[in-house]
Amino acid sequence: MRYSIWSLINQALTGNRNWTPVWREPEPKSHYDIVIVGGGGHGLATAFYLASRYGMKNIAVLEKGWIGSGNIGRNTTIVRSNYLLDGNEPFYEQSLQLWEGLEQDINYNAMMSQRGIINLYHSDAQRDSYVRRGNAMRLHGADAELLNQDQLRSLCPFLDYENARFPIMGGLLQKRAGTARHDAVAWGYARAADQRGVDIIQNCDVTDFLIKDGVCTGVETSKGTIRAGKIGVAVAGSTSRVMAKAGLRLPIESHVLQAFVTEGLKPVIPGVITFGAGHFYISQSDKGGLVFGGDIDGYNSYAQRGNLPVFEDVCEGGMAIMPMIGRARMLRNWGGIMDMSMDGSPIIDKTPIDQLYLNAGWCYGGFKATPASGLCFAHLLARDEPHKVASKLRLDRFRRGAMLDERGAGAQPNLH
Amino acid sequence: MIINHPHLGPRDASEFTILGDASLINRPDWQARDADDAFYNYQYLRDNPAGLHRELWFHEQGDRSWLVVTRDTVTHAVIAVALASDIAKAAKAKTAQKTAPKKVAAKKTAAKKAVIKRNAT
Amino acid sequence: MSAASLSQKNRITGGLVDRNQPLGFRFDGQHYTGFAGDTLASALLANNVRLVGRSFKYHRPRGILTAGSEEPSALVTIGDGAHQDPNSRATTAELFDGISAKSQTKMGLLSFDLMAVNDFLSPLLGAGFYYKTFMWPAAFWEKIYEPIIRKAAGLGSLSGLADPDQYDKGYLHCDLLVIGSGPSGLMAALAAAKSGLQIILADEDFCLGGRLNAERQEIDGMESASFAESSLAKLAAMDNVRIMSKTTIFGAFDHGCYGALERVNEHNANGSIRQIFWHIRSQRCILAAGATERPIAFSNNDRPGVMLAGAVRTYVNRFGVAPGKRVAIFTNNDDGWATAQDLHAAGVEVTAIIDSRTDIAKTPPTGVPTVLGGQIVNTTGRLGLRSVTLNNGTHIPADCLAVSGGWSPTVHLTCHQRGHPVWNDAIAGFVPGGNLPDGMIVTGAANGVMTLASCLQSGLKAGQQAAHDLGFKPAVIKPPRAADESFAIQPFWHVKGSDKKAFVDFQNDVGVKDIKQSHREGFRSVEHLKRYTTLGMATDQGKIANIPGLAILADISGKTIAETGTTIFRPPYTPVPIAAFAGRSRGKDFRPTRLTPSHKWASAKGAVFVETGAWLRAQWYPKTGETEWRQSVDREVLATRASVGICDVTTLGKIDIQGHDAAAFLNYVYANGFAKLPIGKTRYGLMLREDGMVMDDGTTARLGETHYVMTTTTANAVGVFRHLEFCRQCLWPELDVQLISITEQYAQYAVAGPNARHLLEKLIDSGEDISNEAFPFMACGEISICGGVKARLFRISFSGELAFEIAVPSRYGDAMIRALMTAGEEFGVTPYGTEALGVMRIEKGHVAGNELNGQTTARQMGLGRMVSQSKDSIGLVLSRRPELVRDDDYELIGLKPVNSDQPLIAGSHFIGIGASTVAENDEGWVTSIAYSPHLKSAIGLGYIRRGNSRHGDIVRAVNLLGGQDIKVELCSPHFIDPEGTRLHG
Repeated sequence: MRYSIWSLINQALTGNRNWTPVWREPEPKSHYDIVIVGGGGHGLATAFYLASRYGMKNIAVLEKGWIGSGNIGRNTTIVRSNYLLDGNEPFYEQSLQLWEGLEQDINYNAMMSQRGIINLYHSDAQRDSYVRRGNAMRLHGADAELLNQDQLRSLCPFLDYENARFPIMGGLLQKRAGTARHDAVAWGYARAADQRGVDIIQNCDVTDFLIKDGVCTGVETSKGTIRAGKIGVAVAGSTSRVMAKAGLRLPIESHVLQAFVTEGLKPVIPGVITFGAGHFYISQSDKGGLVFGGDIDGYNSYAQRGNLPVFEDVCEGGMAIMPMIGRARMLRNWGGIMDMSMDGSPIIDKTPIDQLYLNAGWCYGGFKATPASGLCFAHLLARDEPHKVASKLRLDRFRRGAMLDERGAGAQPNLH
Repeated sequence: MIINHPHLGPRDASEFTILGDASLINRPDWQARDADDAFYNYQYLRDNPAGLHRELWFHEQGDRSWLVVTRDTVTHAVIAVALASDIAKAAKAKTAQKTAPKKVAAKKTAAKKAVIKRNAT
Repeated sequence: MSAASLSQKNRITGGLVDRNQPLGFRFDGQHYTGFAGDTLASALLANNVRLVGRSFKYHRPRGILTAGSEEPSALVTIGDGAHQDPNSRATTAELFDGISAKSQTKMGLLSFDLMAVNDFLSPLLGAGFYYKTFMWPAAFWEKIYEPIIRKAAGLGSLSGLADPDQYDKGYLHCDLLVIGSGPSGLMAALAAAKSGLQIILADEDFCLGGRLNAERQEIDGMESASFAESSLAKLAAMDNVRIMSKTTIFGAFDHGCYGALERVNEHNANGSIRQIFWHIRSQRCILAAGATERPIAFSNNDRPGVMLAGAVRTYVNRFGVAPGKRVAIFTNNDDGWATAQDLHAAGVEVTAIIDSRTDIAKTPPTGVPTVLGGQIVNTTGRLGLRSVTLNNGTHIPADCLAVSGGWSPTVHLTCHQRGHPVWNDAIAGFVPGGNLPDGMIVTGAANGVMTLASCLQSGLKAGQQAAHDLGFKPAVIKPPRAADESFAIQPFWHVKGSDKKAFVDFQNDVGVKDIKQSHREGFRSVEHLKRYTTLGMATDQGKIANIPGLAILADISGKTIAETGTTIFRPPYTPVPIAAFAGRSRGKDFRPTRLTPSHKWASAKGAVFVETGAWLRAQWYPKTGETEWRQSVDREVLATRASVGICDVTTLGKIDIQGHDAAAFLNYVYANGFAKLPIGKTRYGLMLREDGMVMDDGTTARLGETHYVMTTTTANAVGVFRHLEFCRQCLWPELDVQLISITEQYAQYAVAGPNARHLLEKLIDSGEDISNEAFPFMACGEISICGGVKARLFRISFSGELAFEIAVPSRYGDAMIRALMTAGEEFGVTPYGTEALGVMRIEKGHVAGNELNGQTTARQMGLGRMVSQSKDSIGLVLSRRPELVRDDDYELIGLKPVNSDQPLIAGSHFIGIGASTVAENDEGWVTSIAYSPHLKSAIGLGYIRRGNSRHGDIVRAVNLLGGQDIKVELCSPHFIDPEGTRLHG
C-alpha cells in the first residue's frame, strides 16, 4: 500500500480497518543469495539498497528480537555530516544526502528535520579546530558556517553568555544537519525492503556461522540452518559477541551510552546544540521532549543501562550553558550498547573469512550513518569492493597505521 | 558502582578512571620477530566479553594505584579486585620462567652436580 | 462552618486537611480556597472544578484521574515568570497560600479549545498517521508541516529564563532503605529499626502513610490513618531512623545505589533550596511502593469526572472531598465495592455499582443499585461527565465515575537493573520476578499482596529479614490486628464493541482502536506497539496505560499477557528536574577554577585571563592607552626579545620522579634516550602513545643521582601522570621508581630575554653562579635565592631567548613574581601572557596544542629522528607502521602571507595556485597563526604534504567559512634565530 494523504483519507472513511501489515512475517528459506545478520537500521538499510540499487534478489534479514530493537531504537536521533577527516567526511556527507531524499526513496515519513546543528566553541584553539573542520566539510561539498557570538545570540538567545564557566564564544553551524524520527527509519526501510521482496525474519537468533576452509556458507539460527552466498553482519553493540562465533577478535569494545528525554514542552530549542567542553548535547523532538545526552559511562558494558554519575555530568553540562532548562523534568533515561572502535570510526569491510562481511564499530554515531552504511555495505556485498566513500573504513587500517581518529584520543575506545 | 580497593576498602567508582582490558599489562617484547603483529594485537584487538572482564582502573582521586577489577559486563557485579602491580609482577615472573627454561634446567643440573660432588668428598 | 468551607461546594467532613488553615490559590486566573493538607487537585475538586486540562493530540477535555504521581491528565503549569513550572501534577502539588496554576495544551479557553477540531479529525490522525504523509514536496517538511506539528505538540512551556532556584546534592548511607510508608513500609521500618538497623524511610508524598490515609480501615482498633500517625511517631523518636517525606526514590543503580529527589520546597523555595538530589547507599532495600490502579477502556472513558476508584476513596477519606455529587462505580474487582461503601459512609450518593463480573455475591451499601455483568459502553457530558450508558441500554446519571480495572504492583525499581516482572493470574498483574537489584526485598502490594492484614504482615517479615540478612537479631513484634478484606478480580480490560474514543493512554490519546490498528499493521511486539502508537510514552511513563495496553494487545493477538511481556521500565520512576541533577554545578561553579599563585598579582596588574582547561591564565597585561589586544601582545613580545619578560608557567604539569631505576623508566616512557642524561642537565623529551602518535612533550631535568623532574604540557598534565603510573605499576613494576605530581607544589616562572640572567643574578644568593659557563643552556639545579629560599632553576627556553624557568614552593609564588618584577625594574621587565608566549613559540617554530593534537606523529612534527630505534620505548614499534612513515605525509612548515598586510586564519586549508577548492586538492591546513612584530607580518605554522621539501613554495590558504583566499609562502618553521644563538647566549 502506498502511503499518502489520500490513503489516510480513504482509510479514515472506512474506519481505519483496511491498513495492511507494514512487513510480512515469512518463514526463512533454506538458502538466500545474501543474508544480513541484524535487523537494525543498518541491516535493514543494507537490504533495501541491495534490492533497490543493486538489483539483488533473494535476500534475508535475520533479527534476534524485533526489528529496530538495537541502537536505532535507542539513540538521540541526530543527523549531521560535520566530520574532519578525509576518510569520514565524504561518507557522512553521502549519508546526509541520502537522508535528504529518504522519505521519497522509501515512501515513509521519517521526519528528517534539517533544523541545524551548532557545536559551541569556548576558546580560540577550539575555534581554530572548528575552522579547520568547517573547511574540510566545505571542501567535501557539505555546508558549514562559523558563527561569532552575535550570530549565535540571534539563533540561541537562551544560552548563558554572561556567566558561563567556559565562555560561549560562537559555534560551528551545519544548517543541513538535524534530527529524524529514529524508529520510523527502521520501519520505513523494513517496509520498503519487504516490498522489494526481502524476507525480514524476526525472533531469529544466529547461533553459529557455517565456516569451512575459511569460507562462510551460512548460519545456524534458532529457526534452523540458513545457507547463503554471502553473509553480512550488522549487529553494532553485539559485534564482538557475534563475530566471536566466527573466531574473530576485533578492534572493538562494548560500552554503554546513556541518553535522556524530558516531558513534552512547547518548542524552545531550535536545532541541535552541542557543548563539547562539557559533554552535553540537546535537541527537541517534534513531540516536545528535550532529547539530550553526553559521554559514555566509560566502562565496558552489555547492560543497556548506566549509572548516576553520567546523569549528573550531563545535566551539569546542560545547566552550564542553558540554565533555562533547569525546570524541565527528565522523564526517561535509557542506555544503548555502543560498538566503540579503537579509533572512533566505523568499519565496513570484508573479513579474513571469505563470504563473511562486517559492518561495525559505529561508536555513538551510527544513527546518522544509517543510509550511507546501508548503501556502502550493500555495495560491498554486491560488488565485492568498497564503495568509494567508504574506502577508508577498513578493518586492516589499524595494522597499517591508517587510523581515522577524529578526536586524537588514540587506541582507547572509551575516549572517542 | 563500588570498587573494593585492596588497601582502602569500598570506594565509589567515580573516584577512578578506567583504562580498559587488563591484557594491556602484557606488553609484548619489542625485539621479538613478530613484534609488529604482537603490538597490533596488544594495542587494538579485544576479547570484549559479555560476562567476566578483567579491566584496569586507576584510583585517580585516591591513592593512585592501578587495580585489576574483575567485573561482569552484563550485570556490572564486581567479582574481584587486585593491585595491578602484583598481577604484573606475577605475569613477568611467569614469562621469565617460560623464556628461560634452559637456565633453570642448567641450574638444577648444576645443583645436582654439586650434591654429587659433596657426596663424593 | 467557616466561609472557607462554605465556598468549597464538594468539601465534606473528615480527612487530614486542616480546616483552620485556609489557603487561597488561583487556577486559570480564578480565585479559590482550599486547606492546608490539600493537593492542588483535591482543592480544585473541593471547589467543584472538574475540567483541568486538554489532551495532547485530540484536545479532549480532561479532568483528574488519580490522586498520585501517576496522574496522566491533570497537568498544570504552576508559578509565573522564571519560576514557571510546566507539567506539574495537580494530584501531587501540595497546596500552599498564593499558588497560581494554569491549564495547558489549549488554544484559547480551556472550556473552548480551538484545537479541539482535532477530535473530529481523529479518524485521520490515528496511530502513526504522520509516518504516512507530509512527504510531498520534500522541502515543505521543515517549512510548513513540521512547524505546525511542533507548535501543536508539547505540553506546558518553559519560561525561557534561567531557573532562579537553588538545588543541592547529598550523600546518605544506611543499612536499609525503605521505600514507601504505607502499611507494609511502616511495618518493615518498625521491625528493622527496632532490630537496630540504620534506616531511611522515604515516601514521595508530603503526608506519610500511603493508602492508610486513603482508606477507612481499622488496625489494632484504630483508624488506619491514626495507626500510620502513631507508627510514624514511634519511628521519628528513634535515633537510627531518618524519615524523608516528599522524597521519591527514582532509580535503583549498581551496587546498592539509589537515586532520590527530595522536594524540600517545591513551589515555595523563595531563595532557599528547592530540591535535593540524594545518592543513597544502602546495604538492603525494602520496596514497599504499593500498587497503581488501572482504568478500563470504553467509549468516552476520559471525560472529566471519570476517576480511578481508589483515587475517589483518597479524595473522600484523606481530603474530605467528594469528587462528585452522584457517583457511579465501574469495577472488575472487589475494590469498587469498597469505594461504594466509603462514599456511602461519607454521605455521597452512589448511583450504581456496575461490576463486569457475574458470579459474585457482594452486598452493596443500602439502597445502592448494582448491575452484575454490567459494562459501560458510553458516557455523556462534553466538559464534565453527566451520565453513563450501560450495555443493556440504561443510562445512569453520574457526575463522577469511579473505575477500577484492578491494581498493578509498582514493580518499577525491581526492573531498573535486569529484572523482568512475571504475570500473576490471581491479582491480574505483573509482580516482581527474579533478578532483583542486589539486596532488594519487595513487600506488600508491590509484591502482589493485596489485602491490609497481609500487607502489614509481609512488611513486618521483610523488615525482620533485612535485619537477619545484615546480622542483626530481628526484633519480635506482634503483627497488628486488621481485617483481611476480600480481594477478588476477574480481568476485564476493555468493553468489546465500545472502541471509539476508548482511551488507554489518556495523555497521549492512545485508544483501543490505535492498538488494533498497530497490530493490524504488523507492530505486534510490545515495543513496536509502544513506539508506533506512543502508548505509555507520556509523562506518567505508562503507569496507567502500559498494562491495559499490552493486555488488549494480547487479547487481539490471541496470546497470553505473560507471552506478550512488558516494555522495559526505565528510570526515573517519576520525572526529575534537570537542575536537580546539576545541583550547584552551574554558572561559574560548573567546574572548579584553578588559580596560580601569581593570580592576585596579575589581577591587580589588570591582566586579561583566559580559561586553559581548569586553569585561569593571564592572556595579556593591557597598559593604559592600549585599546586593542594586539597592542599589548606586540609590546610584550618586543619587550621580552629586547630586554626581559616574565611569564607564569606554573600550570605546566610537573612530575617528581625518584628511584634507582628512574633513568631506565624515563628511557621507556620517552621516545628519545634518557639513560645518559647527566646530573644538572635538562633534556627535551618526546612522549609517544603506544599507538605511535605523539602524546606530549616537555623537559625533564636530572636534579640528582636518582632524582628527576618532568614537565608536561598544561593540557596533558593529568593524562601523562596517569600514563606514567600505568607504565610504572602495570608494565615495569620491577623498577625502583616513584612518581608524584608536584604541579600544585611549585610556582614556576619563565624569565626570558637578553637580560634574563642579569635579572636573576640580582636575586640569587651569594655563592651561586648562573653564568653561561657555570650554568649553560639546558643546565638545571637547586639554587638558593632571596636570602635562603630553595628554588629550582632550569635553563630552558620556549621563547627562543636566553631564558630560565625558576620554580619555588607555591607559598613563595606570589612573593617570587613581585621580587622578579622589582628586580627587573631597571631592565624594564615586562610580564607577558599566553598570547605573547604563543607568538614567540610560533616565531621559534615550537609545536603546541594545535600541532600536537593526538593525531600527529613525531615525523610530521619534524622530530622523527628523536625516536630512538635502539631501545624499547612506548610507541616505538607501532610508530613504524607503513601508513605512519609515508613519503608523502604531512610535515610541519612555517608560512607567511605573500602580501604581508594580509592576516592568516588558523584552520585554513592549503590549496595549490589555480587548483579548484575541492577536497582532492586539499594539501594540508594552517595549525597556528600569530602576528610577528619582528617580521611585521602574520606568520603561521601548518601541516602540508611533503612540507620539508617545499620551503619557498607559494600556495593558497583558503578559509571558505570566512571567504579568505590568500597566497602564502611556505618556509622553515623557525622564523627567528634558527641557529639558536640567542638561547645559548
